[in-house]
Amino acid sequence: MRAPVSWLRELVGAEAVPESMTGEQVAAALVKVGLEEEGIHGGEITGPLVVGRVLELTPEPQKNGKTINWCQVDVGEHGQRVTEGTPQGIVCGAHNFAVGDLVVCVLPGGVLPGPFPISARKTYGHVSNGMICSAKELGLGEDHDGIIVLSEWFADQPEVLASLEPGQDAIALLGLAEEVVEVNVTPDRGYAFSMRGIARDLALSLGVDFTDPIDAPRAAAPAANDSGYEVRLEDDAPINGVEGCDRYVARVIRGIDVTAQSPSWLKARVTQMGMRPISLAVDVTNYVMLLTGQPLHAFDLDKLSGSIVVRRARAGEKLTTLDDIERTLDPEDLLITDAGERPLVIAGVMGGETCEIDEGSTNVLIEAAHFDPISVARSARRHRLPSEAAKRFERGVDPEITAAAAQLAVELLVQLGGGTVDAGATDVGAPVPLDAFTMAADLPSRLVGLEFSTDEVTTALRRIGCEVAADGETLRVTPPSWRPDLRTGPDLVEEVARSRGYDAIPSVLPQAPGGQGLTAGQRARRLVAATLAQQGLTEVLSYPFTSAARHDALQYAADDARRRAVTVANPLSDEAPILRTSVLDTLADVARRNVGRGMGDVAVYELGLVYEPTESGAKAPIPTLGQRPADEVLDQINAAVPAQPRHAAGILAGASRTAGPWGPAEPVGAADAVAVVLAVARALGETLTVTQTEHAPFHPGRCAELALADGTVVAHAGELHPKAVDALELPARTAAFEIDLDALTAGAGEVTQARKLSTMPVARTDVALVVAEDVPAATVEAALRQGAGEQLEAVELFDIYRGDQVGEGRKSLAYRLTFRPVDTTLTTAEVSATRDRAVAEAAKATGAEQRM
Amino acid sequence: MSGPNTSYDPVEVAALDPAAIDAAVEQALAAAAAASTLEELKAARGAHQGDKSPLALANREIGALPPSAKAEAGKRVGGARGRVGQAFAARQAELEAERDERILVEERLDMTVVPPRRPLGARHPISLTIERIEEIFTGLGWEIAEGPEVEAEWFNFDSLNFGPDHPARAMQDTFFLQPADAGLVMRTHTSPVQSRAMLERQLPLFIACPGKVFRTDDLDATHTPVFHQIEGLAVAEGLTMANLKGTLDRFAAELFGPGVTTRLRPSFFPFTEPSAEMDFKCPICLGQDSGCRVCGGTGWIEWGGCGMVNRNVLAAAGIDPDRYTGFAFGMGIERAVMLRHGVADMFDIVEGDVRFSQQFGMEI
Ligand SMILES: [Zn+2]
Repeated sequence: MRAPVSWLRELVGAEAVPESMTGEQVAAALVKVGLEEEGIHGGEITGPLVVGRVLELTPEPQKNGKTINWCQVDVGEHGQRVTEGTPQGIVCGAHNFAVGDLVVCVLPGGVLPGPFPISARKTYGHVSNGMICSAKELGLGEDHDGIIVLSEWFADQPEVLASLEPGQDAIALLGLAEEVVEVNVTPDRGYAFSMRGIARDLALSLGVDFTDPIDAPRAAAPAANDSGYEVRLEDDAPINGVEGCDRYVARVIRGIDVTAQSPSWLKARVTQMGMRPISLAVDVTNYVMLLTGQPLHAFDLDKLSGSIVVRRARAGEKLTTLDDIERTLDPEDLLITDAGERPLVIAGVMGGETCEIDEGSTNVLIEAAHFDPISVARSARRHRLPSEAAKRFERGVDPEITAAAAQLAVELLVQLGGGTVDAGATDVGAPVPLDAFTMAADLPSRLVGLEFSTDEVTTALRRIGCEVAADGETLRVTPPSWRPDLRTGPDLVEEVARSRGYDAIPSVLPQAPGGQGLTAGQRARRLVAATLAQQGLTEVLSYPFTSAARHDALQYAADDARRRAVTVANPLSDEAPILRTSVLDTLADVARRNVGRGMGDVAVYELGLVYEPTESGAKAPIPTLGQRPADEVLDQINAAVPAQPRHAAGILAGASRTAGPWGPAEPVGAADAVAVVLAVARALGETLTVTQTEHAPFHPGRCAELALADGTVVAHAGELHPKAVDALELPARTAAFEIDLDALTAGAGEVTQARKLSTMPVARTDVALVVAEDVPAATVEAALRQGAGEQLEAVELFDIYRGDQVGEGRKSLAYRLTFRPVDTTLTTAEVSATRDRAVAEAAKATGAEQRM
Repeated sequence: MSGPNTSYDPVEVAALDPAAIDAAVEQALAAAAAASTLEELKAARGAHQGDKSPLALANREIGALPPSAKAEAGKRVGGARGRVGQAFAARQAELEAERDERILVEERLDMTVVPPRRPLGARHPISLTIERIEEIFTGLGWEIAEGPEVEAEWFNFDSLNFGPDHPARAMQDTFFLQPADAGLVMRTHTSPVQSRAMLERQLPLFIACPGKVFRTDDLDATHTPVFHQIEGLAVAEGLTMANLKGTLDRFAAELFGPGVTTRLRPSFFPFTEPSAEMDFKCPICLGQDSGCRVCGGTGWIEWGGCGMVNRNVLAAAGIDPDRYTGFAFGMGIERAVMLRHGVADMFDIVEGDVRFSQQFGMEI
């Protein structure tokens, strides 16, 4: 909401807001009482912008068919050769002026809104020393047809017109120097969507008495009578039991000239407020809305058929709104209708063409009404029409100024457009006054942590318009009609705290009872992140949005569970409408981006959630505000929320060590990904078993499944499927892993029990076992361990041999077995026997033959 | 036993001839001094100290002397052998020192050639900042709470006193999930964790909740649709706005440096009353530079929203609002990272370019 300093001066008084007071000072005063400064406008035009008199005008037809005017303009002391006062040569494309006219010229060095700096430039064979300005170029209106001719502009102000002379500063003349403070209106403070409300706050801040600008029209407004235009309120479906319209005022003016020009002061005000001057009726209704906060509507009385009915829309009913869009109405939309039939306006939101004022209108009906904020908010949102009126109704319009605002509009219209006002004044409906409520007088002190006397509390509340009655330690407070947001004690506490200023609140660190630090799971997650970085991977973040096409790229089978994804109803991009079911889904893009930027040897990881739709697809109930839902309802809510396990994924491409004087490059391989996962598990004190598996998106022959001792699979790692590598545009042989961190860290916090260490001497023996090529080493090792029993301390694979000596399709695995019993020394015979048991078990489990 | 020394023609030395012994000593000393390597020294030592050396032979002759001459001869030959032994030992030490010195020179490496073996990775500064913030709060005795990112509408809005018609529920800010009546959203703030914590935990309650949040903003230099927040919530008997201010002041000083305090400005949020926007003092100029580009000369930087927990929010969690009061605050992490580390462009934070994270190592 904008607030021109000059308008505030008018409303608060020149004594409190003198000419010398800057926009910045006004803003500071408003901030002090709790309004939020959004910015200060004004001074967007810098001079020279001056009055000029057209001395010569030579039309010059151009080859392109256009005719331009080569003008000599007297701009007084700003003339081309300043000492001689030579007139200014200016090229102008407009034709709505003649020799002798007074116009507005911007001269070289000036800046118009945009910003457009002006300089002398060569055009149409002349050097044009500036520009003759239109209202649009100065931000004063939409007029395309021509430049401002001051005799027309100031037609209603002969005294101004008489004083004009060439060279005079036009910035001040047209009110363009005006400083305008813009405040951000929070949803609870609808009153600040009016100059009336902002001026009241400014007076409060400056400590001066405030004269409500609504007082005069309120006093002048006629009492409601039965001879006014017929209006019926027929809301048969109130939302939450609240009548859609609880007050409707209608006033009629006959014989008005709606084509009369809005005076310059009105245009200037409307422009300063960020709106465009359009026509007398629109400008006046906008002006009254900006001043009072009461939105108004003007109808052509002759297009109405005798009565206005406010009712809900019927199913299927349609209305073409002023923005030329045909809208299908919802039965919840509140309508202003002609005689209950034709829809005219979506109440408080936007009107249609049907009964609008046009150039032929002579009789006008002015509507001022009070609508249910929720009803207006829903309609505005449903039809995506955040209009100025809707913005105000949604936040609550003062229901006690309805008639006064209509009176002010009627007075202005008659004053500026002529005509007579009907004696009939319609005012139907009865708004519910705001409830009084009680507050303990010491609540502000208790909630703020600062002593407020009962006197100070009472004074602060009265200054914002509340009625306060003290009853011992309890205050009974009736909020003013423009503050529907004041409903509970804490609402009032905020007002009291604002009145002293939040800066007065002391800083007192509260003593927490003392917690347990991070949970075991939180510590485990940090360790995983740190270990991955220690392993040479770099942590990155990616958005969790992806697509079914990504699942195809990852070579997921048609029935892969990971294809079931949560779908966003309003995604940022139609290319990525679903949420990831693995972190690799989105990490792949980050890896590709890095490779594309020249980091071919890339190793990245991300910790993040994946999203698994519920099996049932049950919906989450939305119980009512302000009370604890029953346990069953909370259970239903929680059951509808998708499982969101935390995963860690990594992608490794290129080389883990580049070539150099130290030796050749070491390309990343499938095993690196497995090693990283094992390192992470080791950091957590877990030993994972590795088994060969086939699992998308991995190479079917190069994928490991990693599981906890209890068999829970916690990760997959290996080389990506060549087709996935292609589809994701990653370097060949890219390796990756995906860890279910929640599963891996499920045991975090369990206390490890130490084993006794044996100090007996070790005995080592080597065995070479020949197995079929497809037998995984891990299976052989597991069998050796099982066969050897507890005395086996370590098994180490130290060589793999393939070749003639073992035959086609076979390999020889060489293991070093280390034995160390807890409390005895093994004899050579015992070592041999244990080794033989291990080999026998391996033979049984994998068909291994010992190679002698 | 050393072997025969063929290169040396032993000179007979009479044990009782002092001149001959002196000459043998002189020769031995000269040979020791002349040896330029440990090998040469070893050869010379064989010649002058070995079994066949003149002094060894002279020593052997002493036994044949009459007892009256034995003492004097023994003294003379022993002294000579001692001097020769010392000279060889000294020369030995000299040559060994020279050799050691030479080896160290020879073993010199170009230590500026560093093979990138096991390069270290790096953490993302957003994660590191969250961890740092967690430490600030656990240090104050608070706990760290978390919640889901796909959240029930009731938790994201209603439990926080956002009514069904609140503008924040409009499609343009919130990611809704299909089907339209699923009652699920991508959480738009970390505040639903407040409600979950109040429902699940015992009072008094002091928790900080970091996490990822989602708004349908377009990515530009200062905005991202997926970003991170930290939420703070304290509920106990007798908590005040002064306690809120005290907590924020401590947090700001810990995160941005000593002397950085906060200020509150009146504002509005559905879930707090009274509500405030909070700013922290510009850590760059501490409000002392009207030309400061970081704070625009105002001395303050916007940080987030806060306030006293709305009675309806307490009631939605089954807490008696007449007995307990609480305060809550929330702020963006990205903003803190951009300010603290001079990150000018949001793209650097969200794109995952490894060069960005690698500037920060593993601790910030
Ligand atoms: Zn600064």
